[in-house]
Amino acid sequence: MIVEKIFNKWILVFLFLIPVLGFIFEEPYYITLTTKVVILGIAGIGLNLALGYCGLISFGHAAFFGLGGYVTGILSFHALNSELMFSWPFVTSGSSNMLVIWPIVILSSAFLALIIGLLSLRTTGVYFIMITLAFAQMLYFFAISWPSYGGEDGLSIYMRNSLPMVNTMDPLTFYFICLFWLLLVIFISAKLINSSFGMVFQAIKQNEERVKSVGIETFKVKLLVFVISGTITGLAGSLYTDLNRFISPSVLNWQMSGEIMVFVILGGIARLYGPLVGAAFFIVLEQTLGSYTENWQFWLGLILILEILYVRTGILSLFEKKLKYEK
Amino acid sequence: MTSILFFEQLLNGIQFGTMLFLMSAGLTLIFGVMGLINLAHGSFYMIGAFSAALIAGLTGSFWLALLASLSGAAIAGVLIEILIIRRLYRRDHLDQVLATFALILLLSEGVRWCFGAFPLYLDIPENLNGTLPILDDIIYSKYRLFIIFMGLLIATGLYILITKTRLGVRIRAGQNDRQMISALGVDISKLYTIVFALGASLAGLAGAMIGAIQSVEVGMGEPILILAFVVIVIGGIGSIKGALIGSILVGVTDTIGRIFLPELLKIFMEPANATSVGSSIGSMLIYILMALILIIKPSGLFGKT
Repeated sequence: MIVEKIFNKWILVFLFLIPVLGFIFEEPYYITLTTKVVILGIAGIGLNLALGYCGLISFGHAAFFGLGGYVTGILSFHALNSELMFSWPFVTSGSSNMLVIWPIVILSSAFLALIIGLLSLRTTGVYFIMITLAFAQMLYFFAISWPSYGGEDGLSIYMRNSLPMVNTMDPLTFYFICLFWLLLVIFISAKLINSSFGMVFQAIKQNEERVKSVGIETFKVKLLVFVISGTITGLAGSLYTDLNRFISPSVLNWQMSGEIMVFVILGGIARLYGPLVGAAFFIVLEQTLGSYTENWQFWLGLILILEILYVRTGILSLFEKKLKYEK
Repeated sequence: MTSILFFEQLLNGIQFGTMLFLMSAGLTLIFGVMGLINLAHGSFYMIGAFSAALIAGLTGSFWLALLASLSGAAIAGVLIEILIIRRLYRRDHLDQVLATFALILLLSEGVRWCFGAFPLYLDIPENLNGTLPILDDIIYSKYRLFIIFMGLLIATGLYILITKTRLGVRIRAGQNDRQMISALGVDISKLYTIVFALGASLAGLAGAMIGAIQSVEVGMGEPILILAFVVIVIGGIGSIKGALIGSILVGVTDTIGRIFLPELLKIFMEPANATSVGSSIGSMLIYILMALILIIKPSGLFGKT
């Protein structure tokens, strides 16, 4: 474990160093790329809570990522057009202030996760995988066929949403906003995992029946974990819209759910920094392979298969030095 | 007029359903016997369609092309089962989902490499072109009727295979107790390869037949794969009967819903709103159906609890 911890420290150092170097050498592209890694890492950390620590294999986290993205896009779309969103039952206008957008994103993702969780957690195993997938597909098709916000073409916002006294259009500033969220999310996850509540949901992953038999209502625990997990992923979706200044139904597609899952598993499930490492590895692979060959997805697929067949426990496990008494 | 339209759409729904059945029968068998979630099943649909387009281009025969789709997908199925899938049976669902997700990337890109990014076209043979009068004033496409006929033929064939043959007995035994049949001296890994290839070839055939109506392109398998998953979850995973009923249910609900929901809503709403709301809900309808069924019966209509 100790080597992994040192490695995690280095990850944090890199996260501070790479964009600063990008700024000094005037390569804003690398700042954007690292921002993308950080945002996708947050989405993965969200999923990891449910999937890695609680054993809830959700194949529909794109729903939360996309919802966060769309809520952000729609709010700022209305703010930029200065149109009202609703005039009934109460007057609501859009907003392009991140301090307004974030709470709305958090509340709406949590609400969506609550509904999907209430319905899906009645099932287990493959059925759970498939019903979460179905809910995400529902939203995907809804976004495609709902014409008001761009439908299949997606929605562009011309200005990145703003924070008071900060220029968010500057890539480095926006990067540090995302990094702030990443560190906060890692901090919250770490607190959660080591809390007594965390012990319970990790025990559920190992043996739900036993946890039930000591008198804990596992359904409520799983629901709460699912809601926290979906909320974090929703927040990542909000940042992702701001990064690209564009949102389209493709972020709701099942391939997005698959990719978030790939980040988690590539890095190593139930490891705090796993999804971040997985996302970084994925993006770096995408970029380097993409510069050599048009068919980079072929090689990506091959590497993923080899990883699953032979490494099995993710990249971070390579840095795990086992203590003598551990098997 | 409405009743003719309705009947026509009903047939379209059934035609769509029979194709979904070809996909989902393999998927549900593979899950039932080997316990494998195979996301790459849509890739065999694509491989079948491309094999058919290749052979049709070389020989000009639609029937040889159909044969090629069956054998092309089966060969790909055997190779992939032996090289990769075999190692996944003992893994948990998570590894299976991820490995077969990676397999989709690999196979889609591999096919794009071989055939290029442009869609190919597969022609419907002369004698299936045109329409056929069914009742007094209803005419329907001959080719679509042919698809329904093929679907029913294969459903019957599968039923006989599973219930009346030695292989079928082994497959059913495999669904019930894997360890026991290997202890009884059945070569389990050969059985697994056969079941996987059978599922792959059915998907390939579906790909070729649909490829003739739509186009043959990379990524054609994924939308129908998701629908096939919806089907087997509705029907109960592992049950072929469930897959048949689920397919028809999903096919008909999807087709009818998309056409008639906007019409239905026009009774209550302004026409412009009704069209947009109706088409949005129409495209979500099968997922709503699936969620409802899972809420009432968490293991599907015919699933084992």
